[in-house]
Amino acid sequence: MCGTCGCSDENSVTIRKPGEENSTHQHEHDHGDGLVHSHSHDHSDEHGHGQPHNHTHEDNHVHSHDHSDGLSHSHDHSHALEIKIEQDILHKNDKLAERNRGYFEAKNILSMNMVSSPGSGKTSLLEKTIKDNNGALDFFIIEGDQQTMNDAERIKAAGAPVVQINTGQGCHLDADMVNRAVKALKVNDNSVLFIENVGNLVCPAMFDLGESKRVVVISVTEGEDKPIKYPAMFSTSDICIINKIDLLPYLDFDVEKLRNYALQVNHHLEFIELSVKTGEGIEKWYEWLKNTSTKNQSKS
Amino acid sequence: MHELSIAMSIVEIAEENVKQSNVTTVSEIELEVGELSGVVFEALEFAMEEAVRDTVLKDAIRKIIRIPGVAKCNECGFEFGTEDIYTPCPKCASFDSEVIKGKELRVKSLIAE
Repeated sequence: MCGTCGCSDENSVTIRKPGEENSTHQHEHDHGDGLVHSHSHDHSDEHGHGQPHNHTHEDNHVHSHDHSDGLSHSHDHSHALEIKIEQDILHKNDKLAERNRGYFEAKNILSMNMVSSPGSGKTSLLEKTIKDNNGALDFFIIEGDQQTMNDAERIKAAGAPVVQINTGQGCHLDADMVNRAVKALKVNDNSVLFIENVGNLVCPAMFDLGESKRVVVISVTEGEDKPIKYPAMFSTSDICIINKIDLLPYLDFDVEKLRNYALQVNHHLEFIELSVKTGEGIEKWYEWLKNTSTKNQSKS
Repeated sequence: MHELSIAMSIVEIAEENVKQSNVTTVSEIELEVGELSGVVFEALEFAMEEAVRDTVLKDAIRKIIRIPGVAKCNECGFEFGTEDIYTPCPKCASFDSEVIKGKELRVKSLIAE
């Protein structure tokens, strides 16, 4: 079973560029290493004295004690040992994420983790951003989906280098997948890297990928209360793109309400309202992108 | 179901520590899980049952210490218990608060032999 998602090997994580559909896939998660272990055994007192007594030994020691029958003896138990760990469960992912972050910083890469529900328009936003860019910024894209190369094909057609991560049954990307995808993609120095996460407002929130900015996309065909229904995602994001605003005249969606809910969860959140389809408001996104990228460059 | 990857990480941490400590069997594992950590307790319990199979944790008792959420208001400094991350401060009604407890997701200790 795969540690990232519990998938069987057949549905394992694959990282491919468009055109590599038939190449053999990798499965590089760590599995239990087949450590041989013995079974637990009971500790019935096998020493020959008639005094029933109970004692637990949580550390590694030999001791002797007197019994009331006057016999003194020592015995060496097999030892229950308490191992203090105090380790964060996501420590491994966080450590890898920091490694990615260091790599991005060293190469001056602005990396963005794009998160949202399925269908809010992440891929369309990226396609349009690539097409309208006219070479001003150097874009690289990592696509994350459970299955298919569809998004990678769309991005490739839009004109940016892309690799597709298929997580199989996995519900989110993790730092290790991004680490491998970045190597496969050969991202340029001073570029902008978009990492399009698996469409899911829950699980990706917990997994740091090493990104510089987290961008949450919501479309106005969703509920205004999404930020308080899925607070983790909105509280960890830097900017919220409100997409499909061309549909507002046909919907009961209240943008102000959405903003207020989102601000309850994350009072630092910035917003950009736009329509990928009509292009309304998209200039603000490009401006934000340019400014953030310039800031990122001047940091080093 | 990111609980499964969390369960697998718990197993991994246990296996690493068991190897280092020259022991073979774990009789108990103690975890600290915050109520605001993003983990569904039932889902974690369910995932653990699967994840521990054929590992050092297979016979281990799982002790999960639930840590309730506590937030601190950035405006007035009041600390209050909360079950979510968007409850306003009960004292000054500000939404500007930080969670100071309840996001834990930690393997605390093992009892091994």
